[in-house]
Formats: sequence, structure tokens, C-alpha cells
Amino acid sequence: MADEAPSTSAAASSLRRSARWRVWELAVFAAMSLAWLLLPGQSLLINQIAIVALFAVSLDLILGYAGIVSLGHAAFFGFGAYAAALFAKGTMNDPLAGLAVAVAASAVLGAATSLLILRGTDLTRLMVTLGVASILYELANKLDDITGGADGLQGVVMGPLLTPFGRFAFDLSGRVASAYSLVILALALLVARRLVHSPFGVSLQALRDNRLRASSIGLSVRLRLVAVYTIAAAFAGAAGGLLAQTSGFASLDLFDFHRSAEVLLVLVIGGTGYLYGGVIGAVVFQLLHDVISAWTPQYWNFWLGLFLVVLMIVGRERLVTPWKWFRRGP
Amino acid sequence: MNTHRLRRRLLVCAALFTLAAAAPIVGAQTAAPFKIGFILPMTGQSASTGKQEEAAIKLWQAQNGTTVAGRKIEVIVKDDGGVADATRRIAQELVVNDKVDVLAGFGLTPLAFATAPIATQSKTPMVVTAAATSAITEQSPYIVRTSFTLPQVTVPIADWAAKHGIKRVVTFVADYGPGIDAEKFFKSQFLLNGGQVIGEIRTPLRSPDFAPFLQKVADLKPDAVFCFLPSGQGAAFMKQFGERGLDKSGIRLIATGDVTDDDQLDGIGDVALGVVNSHHYSAAHPSPANKKFVAAFEAANKFRPNFMAVAAYDGMRVIYSALAATKGAGGGDALLAAMKGQVFESPRGQVLIDAQTRDIVQDVYIRKVERQNGQLYNVEFDVQKAVKDPAKLK
Amino acid sequence: MLTLLFDGVAYGMLLFVLAVGLAVTLGLMNFINLAHGAFAMAGGYITVLLMSRAGVPFLVCLPIAFIGTALLGALLERTLYRPMYAKPHLDQVLFSIGLVFMAVTAVDYFVGSMQQNITLPPWLQGRLPIEGVGIGKYRLFIVVLCGLLTVALQFVLARTRFGSRLRASVDDPRVAGGLGLDVSRIFMLTFAVGSGLAGLGGALGAEVLGLDPTFPLKFMIYFLIVVSVGGTTTITGPLLAALLLGIADVAGKYYVPKLGAFIVYSLMIAILVVRPQGLFARR
Repeated sequence: MADEAPSTSAAASSLRRSARWRVWELAVFAAMSLAWLLLPGQSLLINQIAIVALFAVSLDLILGYAGIVSLGHAAFFGFGAYAAALFAKGTMNDPLAGLAVAVAASAVLGAATSLLILRGTDLTRLMVTLGVASILYELANKLDDITGGADGLQGVVMGPLLTPFGRFAFDLSGRVASAYSLVILALALLVARRLVHSPFGVSLQALRDNRLRASSIGLSVRLRLVAVYTIAAAFAGAAGGLLAQTSGFASLDLFDFHRSAEVLLVLVIGGTGYLYGGVIGAVVFQLLHDVISAWTPQYWNFWLGLFLVVLMIVGRERLVTPWKWFRRGP
Repeated sequence: MNTHRLRRRLLVCAALFTLAAAAPIVGAQTAAPFKIGFILPMTGQSASTGKQEEAAIKLWQAQNGTTVAGRKIEVIVKDDGGVADATRRIAQELVVNDKVDVLAGFGLTPLAFATAPIATQSKTPMVVTAAATSAITEQSPYIVRTSFTLPQVTVPIADWAAKHGIKRVVTFVADYGPGIDAEKFFKSQFLLNGGQVIGEIRTPLRSPDFAPFLQKVADLKPDAVFCFLPSGQGAAFMKQFGERGLDKSGIRLIATGDVTDDDQLDGIGDVALGVVNSHHYSAAHPSPANKKFVAAFEAANKFRPNFMAVAAYDGMRVIYSALAATKGAGGGDALLAAMKGQVFESPRGQVLIDAQTRDIVQDVYIRKVERQNGQLYNVEFDVQKAVKDPAKLK
Repeated sequence: MLTLLFDGVAYGMLLFVLAVGLAVTLGLMNFINLAHGAFAMAGGYITVLLMSRAGVPFLVCLPIAFIGTALLGALLERTLYRPMYAKPHLDQVLFSIGLVFMAVTAVDYFVGSMQQNITLPPWLQGRLPIEGVGIGKYRLFIVVLCGLLTVALQFVLARTRFGSRLRASVDDPRVAGGLGLDVSRIFMLTFAVGSGLAGLGGALGAEVLGLDPTFPLKFMIYFLIVVSVGGTTTITGPLLAALLLGIADVAGKYYVPKLGAFIVYSLMIAILVVRPQGLFARR
């Protein structure tokens, strides 16, 4: 926890100030609700965007706030998806119960694997996270009696939502599904907000900026890393659970490297370190994808790659300030 | 974080969102065309499937027009990249937003499995023109298949091998659904015929270095190796098989036709010569219908048709005939009823869509790879007629 | 069993040649270049296309693949990579991923997505029966060639002036620059040679590992394993790591095919957790 400084009240009020709701934050939440209300025909797309956004926000927690570069975040995404799917098939098909299981399972996996990323350089962490995702892929492939192997886990039929309060069954148009995903995303954002504006959240940023200095003032580095990694894994597991529940199945490629790379890109497009980057990135990325894919479905990856290369050379921060592109200097 | 920057980002977002929302309104249809939604893997590992099938669809429409019983036919081809949740989302959008009358395509088993509930829920016929796992047609009463099933083409080669002096076999398959299916059905049929399977080797899907596995084969010393690998790996396998001298040590190579896929066969080279395999279609099939088909196909594209192309071609025929039978009225249940029991001559031979199982019943040929007119072809020399999917007979 | 050991060694040496460029660039420029596999693929495709379209003999293709990829590497280093050196690792990772995507789709567009096959010259085909242990001629060729390359690399690094300049730049670029070494030229040359070696590896590996547009993505993890386990401060580190990986992979597939890939990944994670600097790093 934060240290007892002489001016605790000053620190507390500074935290309170930064935790106040900004206008644009409210705008994001408003946009989410309006999108669902006004665009019923795009429900499936909205559902997709909400899930990717939640996944990206979970990555922001470890990347933007704690500075951990992970190439295997899809491990938790896939794990949550399979957990939710198996729970629905085997035990009970209530969506909220399944989601809780997915979150819990991914949190456990996150806590366990966080021990592996504590030491080492960026490259080591990259390799370890990549390795964990690959192992999970192979596991899911081999244990095909449980997971369906390469064919995927089919036949996940979800029951209606909020059964005691009314029956909202998942329908073909996707309205209920997208509402469900949006609500979960909103809840996750609220929780994450509390987290990053707390003393814990501030200490994470200290960790990201200079680990040595942070540990020298007495912050327990390992504990914080384990905590944030577990929480991020839980969020990612929730996203995976949502995907399994709203699409009705889980497949091996949820663990694929492509997913980890894509969520990294989504987050970078939106911007790291201010929590809403995942949401904005998901919207922009999905729209870009649909527009470019309609035009050239086979070579979407090429333009994606080109976009990445240009973006990185030009500088991530310059994405929405085009007039700076031709000026020299930082 | 700079609020200025954020506001800008939000503005960009809002603008893009509005554009995207406006798009479908602009593209709204006025007439009532008959829409067929083809979901194919145009990118990714199975991209050749998408390429072949799209070419076949174009050929069919070029030869048979775009109007049936007074209705205009509109074919929408979408790429799912071989990713199952993309397939499902695309299928849902096609059914709900574009209001397609028929779904078709599906390059891999998980893609078909994922879409089955949508077909059932929306009462849309789903014509599977690529995926080959038996259980697919059982996932929804609206699924009809025009491709093939792996057990259907595996059983004849097991029969052939047993009747031609091959007693001890090692099975060599890729470790995924279709591979395990092939292994299972080959083994059960071969044992039925009195043969022996002395080893079952499964190779990981992603790794093309067969050295340790071929070493195992050499150690086991069988009469023949039965091989099933996805089309890209067949060439590497055959080459390494030859390189280790296994063919010279008297071990024969038998396989299903996926390994000698027409799309790749000529590029594989002489190592493929003499491989005996079984499949339902060869570009060298000597019927007049096929000769016409292949000639027209090669004229329009720079490559020859393979079994995927034929499946899509026949899929179009099934849909057109069904629509004609309902006199243009369409309707999910009516179309489905008209698809069941269709009998016709396909470029591959005589074909029947079984009314009970909705699966395809076709002739399976035993072929050998030979050089004809300077190119490699699967030349048929034996046939098992009207083979039903063995998995459904049990 | 000896055949298996030999196959593992051949596979390992091939991996080493493919990955050594990555190890040196990482150690020298602290740049995580995930696009290294794309250079290997380039070398492979140069060879395949020259052999099938222009009938160039295999042995001649090898140096051409090396030089061609080296030139490509030098060009890209000068233009694209140089601005990225100072950027944080995340940017470098995304940048190189972007390059890989572009390379993969570009190759797919121009050449098609099928597996490419090359026909080896007859004297490289077949096996040598040596005391009951069949040794593939081609794999023997790979082992010999890669062995020579390793010796040459070690010699250059330890005995030549360029080698000592390189080592100085790896140890401390700023001081090296301060002493008058043209560090950026050294970077460029090293990157070029590293990419050239990858290209050569890709050409050699086309027969054994297969060659298709997804090659960089499929093998990226193997190169990274070699580099992270082997460490980036020596040449022998990645060599030993590559041999270990090759033999473990081959033996694992033969004896315990059910576990296969687990062994490799789990081993890697275990090693990295215990020794984050790599198994064979000096520091």
C-alpha cells in the first residue's frame, strides 16, 4: 500500500482530483448506450467490438499501467472462453454464473503464471508469455475429449439472462448479446477505474516508470506485479467468456498468436495508459478491418502491417495529430 | 493524459462510427433477388479452398446464367479466414442483415459446426461444399453436403490394400480431427479385411519435419504406409519418404487423395509418381462432362480444378435445381425438401444427395499418380460405386 | 538412435544458422526483431524461384540467397530500422510484427500460398549407409556447411579487427563511438550479415522445414527460443541452445509423440525463469 507521507491529506486530495469523472469519460459510456439503442442492425458488430474492447482494456492494465509487454495475453482470453463453454455444457447454462466461473478460472491462471514473469528482461517476458499461450494451445489440442480439439467445443447453448428478473434469451439478431457484453464492459471499466485511481494504481505507474526507484522507496514490486497480472487475467477471461457465450462455441484459435498480436495493436491504436484506449482502439480497429476487408479481403493483413510499420516509425502518439507528421523533432 | 488529444480521438471515432452506420442504409436492396451467402476461407491456411471454390462459382454462373425461375441470383462471397467465430458472425449477419436464402461454403469442420445452430434457428438451408467430417450433417436438419466425408474415401483404399497383398500397415496421419477420423476408419476397415495395423503415427499439425516419424516407420518395417496429411504437407512427406530410401526398401505408399490434391500435384514433382490413393474426384476423370468442365475451368483460370471446385460447382447446381423445383418461391423448408434426394451427373461422376442423411453418396475411385501430357494426374483404375458415408451406416 | 541424434543435430545446426543473426542483432542493437524469419523466407524464395524459373543450380543459389538477403537487410536497416533503435521495446515488437505481416502477404500475392518445393541435385539426395546407420546426404551437407559457418563466425569475432570492433560495440556502443568506431556502419554490416545468414538458412531449410508464406510466423518462436535460451553475448550460446532444441524436438517426437511441443515450450519457460539471461550467457 502507499507509504504514510507527512502530507497524507494532500496526497489523498490529489488522488480524489484525478479520480473525478471527466466529461469525455461520460461521453464514452453514453456512446456505448446510444450505439446499442440506435443501431439495432449492427448488434453483432457492437458485440464483437465490446468483447475486443474488454480484452484490450485488460491488456492496458498490465501494459499501460505496469509496463509488462506480453505476447501471449490470449492465453487468458482462450482459457476464460473454454471455462465458460465447459461450464455451460457440463454444469449449468446460466450466463452470469458461467461468466463468474470464467473470471475465477482466468484469475487463478493469471496468478499462477504471474510468478513466471517476475524476473528477466523484456525479451524474457515476451518469450514466457508466448510460451504459456502456446502450451495452452497444445493442451487444448491434445485434451480433445474435453475441449473438442481442433474441431472446437460445439453446442454451447446458453440459457436466458437474469432468469429471476425476466427471460432475455440470446437471439439471432444479437441484441441481447450485445447488451450483455456492453454492460459487462461498462462494469469492468468502472472497476478498473477505481483500481487505477487508487493508491495501488498510482504505485503501479511508479513501477512502470522506474522499477528500481519504486522498489527503493519500499514498494513491494513482486506483490504488485502478481496482483495486477491476476486482475488483468480475470478481465481477459471475462472477455473470453463473453465470446464463448455469445457465439456458442470455443475453438483453438482463441489461443493463437494472432489474437495476442491483434489485441496489442488494438490497444496501441487507442493509446495505452489511460484506460479507455482499449475501447477506442477496438472501435477504430474493427471499422478499419471491415472497410479494408470489404475492399480487399485477401490482403487485409498487408495493409494492417503497413499501418503498423508507419505508425511505429512516425510515433504512436502522433496517430491523431496529423499536422505533426511532417515536422521534425519529438 | 491530454484532454485535447482525447477529444480529438473521440471525434474521429464518432465520425467513423456514423459512416459505418450509414453504409447499410445506402446499400439497401429494392428487388427480391435470391441470395446465396458463400462463406469461404479466402485467406489463411485454407486459402486455396476459397480460391478454387470462388472460381467454380463464377464458372457455374457463366455457364448457367444468373436467373432461375424468374428470380435473379445474387451470390455473396465472404471471407472468414478459417476462424470459427468470424464464420459464425458472418453467417449471422448474412441471415439477419442481408437476408440470404441459402448459406454455403465452410472450409473446415469447426466453421461448419459453429454455423449449424444459426441454420437451424433461422431455417436457412446450409450447403457444405468443403468440410469433410461425418458428424457435420447431424448438427442441423438444414445441412446438405456436396463435398465428401473422409471415412467415405478412406474405406475404399483400405479395401483395395487388403485385396492386393498388403497385410501390415502403419497409419501416418496429422494429429487433428480429420486425421484421426481417417486413421480410425482405415484401421477398422483394414482389420475387417483381415489386415494388421502395426503402428499408428500422428504428426503434429504444424511441423513439417517428418524425420523422427519416418524413422519410426522404418523401424516398424510395414508392407505399406497409409498417409493422410493436409494438402500442404503431402509434398514434404513424399519427398522425405523417398529421401530416406523407404520406397526402395519395399514399403508402399497409399493415401487419400488429399495428399495428391490436383491443385498442388503438378508442383510436387516426380516423388509423387506411383502413389496409390483414393478420392472422389480427379481432374483426369475420363467422362465427357468432366472434360468440358476442366477445359472451361482452365480457360477461365490459370490453374486446374480440384475436388473443392467440383463441390462448389455441384453446390450451385443443387441450389439452382432446388429453386427451380419450388418455381422460384424459395423458402427454407421447401428448398431443403427439394435438395434432398437430388440425383445428377457431376464432373466427378454420378452423385446422389441422400434424402435421409442429407449427405452425399458418390463413386470413390482408386487412382495412381501418372504423367499425362507432361503433367501429373491422378489416373483412375478402379472404383467403388455409390459409397455412402460409413460413419452413418453404423 | 544414432540416426535420430544425427537428425536432431542437423535440425539444430540449421536453426542456429537461422537464428544467429537475430542473436547478434539483439545483443548489439537491443532490438527485438520479430521479422527475422521474413529474411529467412526471402532467402528460401530466392532459391526456389531461381532454381525453378531460371534453372540455376542449387549450390550457386546458396551464395546468391546469402548476398541477396544481406543486401535486403542492409537496405531495410538503413531506411526502416534505424529510426526504431531508440524506441521502446513495445514499438519495436509491433513494428517487426507489421513487417512480418507485410512480407507474408506480399509473398502470398506474388508467388501464391502453396508449399514450395525444390529438387535437390542428385548428389545430395539419398542416404549414406555408414555402419548400419543411414545418414541422409543432404542433412550431412547441412551439418558440414553450418559447422564451417560457425567456425568462420567464431574466427571473425575473435581474430579479426572487425570482430573486435563488433564486440566493443556490443559491450558499450557509446564508449565505442567515443573511441572513434563507426558504430552505425558496424550496425549495418552486422544486420546485413545476420540477415544474409538467415536467408542462407532459409534456402537450406526449404527442403527440410518446408517453405510457404507463413514460414516467418511458424518458426518465429523457435528462433526466439534459441536466442533467449542461448543468450546474446556469445556465438556458442545460441549454438548450444539450437542443438539442444533440435535434439529435444526430434527425440521428443520419436519417443513421446503425445507430448511433442510441450517439452520444448515447458523447457524454455523453465530455463528462462531460472536463468533469465539465458542458459549460456556469460553475465
